Amino acid sequence: MTTAVDAPPIETRRWRGFFRRRPVLMRLLRHKAFLIGFILFGLVVLAAVFADLITTADPARISIRNRFKPPSLEHPLGTDNLGRSQLARIVHGARLSLAIGFAVVVLNAVFGVLLGAAAGYFRRFDNILMRATDALMAFPAVLLAIAIAAALGASSLTAAIALSVVYIPRTARIVRASVLVVRELEFVQAAKAMGASHVRILSKHILPNCMAPLIVQLTFIFAYAVLSEAVLSFLGLGAAPPTPTWGNIIAEGRQYMREAAWITLVPGLALALTVVGLNLLGDGLRDVLDPRLKVMQD
Amino acid sequence: MGRYILSRLLQSIPVLILVSVISFGLMKLVPGDPAILIGGPTATPAELDNIRQNLGLDQPFHVQMWRYYAGLVRGDLGTSLLLGKPVLEATLERVPVSLSIAVYSMVLTLLIGLTCGIIAALNRGTWIDQASMVFALIGVSLPNFWLGLMLIVLLSVHLGWLPTGGYVPWQTDVVGWFKTTTMPAVSLALLQVGLLARITRSTMLEVLRQDYIRTARAKGLPEFIVIAKHAFRNVMIPVVTVIGVIFSVLISGSVVVESVFSVPGIGSLLGSAVLRRDYPMIQGGLLLVAASLLMLNLIVDVLYAYFDPRVRYDNRR
Repeated sequence: MTTAVDAPPIETRRWRGFFRRRPVLMRLLRHKAFLIGFILFGLVVLAAVFADLITTADPARISIRNRFKPPSLEHPLGTDNLGRSQLARIVHGARLSLAIGFAVVVLNAVFGVLLGAAAGYFRRFDNILMRATDALMAFPAVLLAIAIAAALGASSLTAAIALSVVYIPRTARIVRASVLVVRELEFVQAAKAMGASHVRILSKHILPNCMAPLIVQLTFIFAYAVLSEAVLSFLGLGAAPPTPTWGNIIAEGRQYMREAAWITLVPGLALALTVVGLNLLGDGLRDVLDPRLKVMQD
Repeated sequence: MGRYILSRLLQSIPVLILVSVISFGLMKLVPGDPAILIGGPTATPAELDNIRQNLGLDQPFHVQMWRYYAGLVRGDLGTSLLLGKPVLEATLERVPVSLSIAVYSMVLTLLIGLTCGIIAALNRGTWIDQASMVFALIGVSLPNFWLGLMLIVLLSVHLGWLPTGGYVPWQTDVVGWFKTTTMPAVSLALLQVGLLARITRSTMLEVLRQDYIRTARAKGLPEFIVIAKHAFRNVMIPVVTVIGVIFSVLISGSVVVESVFSVPGIGSLLGSAVLRRDYPMIQGGLLLVAASLLMLNLIVDVLYAYFDPRVRYDNRR
């Protein structure tokens, strides 16, 4: 049976058509910062995906005779203290960095939306959930992630979990804030009056209209996650060597900074490039999707 | 005003309790037996028993929790396994070191961040604006520990201007203090400079659109006075509210930056506690840091309410 409730409100329709309808996409493509960010981040993603095509060198192959070779044709980014190809280690490190960042983003999307929607829509959960996020956010973000990763034991999985625990409260708050606004709009009242269920109201009417700030937030979370994962693995709380991550390559190269500065230099540049790209993507998305949002995050 | 302070104080109590629960619960996240992790693979059963007894791990859960809170009430945050002294004492000893660097870093942040943001806003759309914002973007994107290492390579190894690390108290030698703290302070400041410059720019643009700015200009005030007196004060209001955020980022950063520069501060204390699995130190340190940040945010909120009465009324509603 088709009722009026089934006809999506105008806002929802507009959002659903995000990738099909041209204006938003066109505006994004005309946004200079977004484009630069897209290209930078795209290059890093491509490098990670096609790591094996970029270099045939095995990131784990030790060759003591070739240690500390400066950048050359054979080893475009030089070799490290064990003679491993730096280029191979960095493009393979990109895989793990991006994978962890992406895992944190997915966990944030799922739990951030669930908790944020619960707090914003069912007001009896609001106080409890918000005090819990207050408490988690009272700790400095990266410090709490470090402590959680230290307790759980070092691995890339625990790094992803630790970073999610730290960032989910922040995402939940943003979802809650938009749910609080949307739930008071007329079309939600109308749906309620028609007798639509809570699940239906949330999934068909409210959440689709909370997507813009969420997408912007998730882009920035990706950037923070990549940066913080590097901190964790720099401290030895991420994936254990010999698995290369940008953080642990920097940590290993630290002892050889005098004789082979390129070991530390390049992974840091790769990291900065990725984060600059993601930040630009986030800025562009914010300008186009949700111009009212301001730059205020830790 | 008194009413507002009281209500903010009351609001922070449940948060503080939750914060302590999280700190306590952290140790429960350790998979398996923490004693084995702490003692290492070579520890004998007797040594393990000793560790368990020291940490109270041989007690049932509710007894452990009771002991923890009874200790908290007495100001006892446990004893560091590594240093063999109370966590509170070990942390407080290092406060002056970290605080002096934090203040230095904060001064740099405010000077550079505010200048950058205001200049960008005043030159909106020009290359000056773009250059400032690119600088801010790079600031928020560079990993601070890596920046620290690069500064060491450049300024210590190649140019030999500054020592690679260590710390000299300013009470004994001001020049030495500057030499040892400049690189850590700069590495810590860059991220905040980026954050602050962006916030300042957008606030300034907002303020410049206001009627009172137009009025000030219309009555013929010199542009400098309009900016310095009328606009700047109002730009400062939102900036003050992010000081808590900035401090929080600073503490996170100091864990790894202090380790890079071997500065004997709270950050490196927590960093080494993490590496050696000194759980009481991690728990206590986290709790202290979170509690002081809560206090700081409380003070900031009260100041904010004092300067901007609208906040007080909003809160009462």
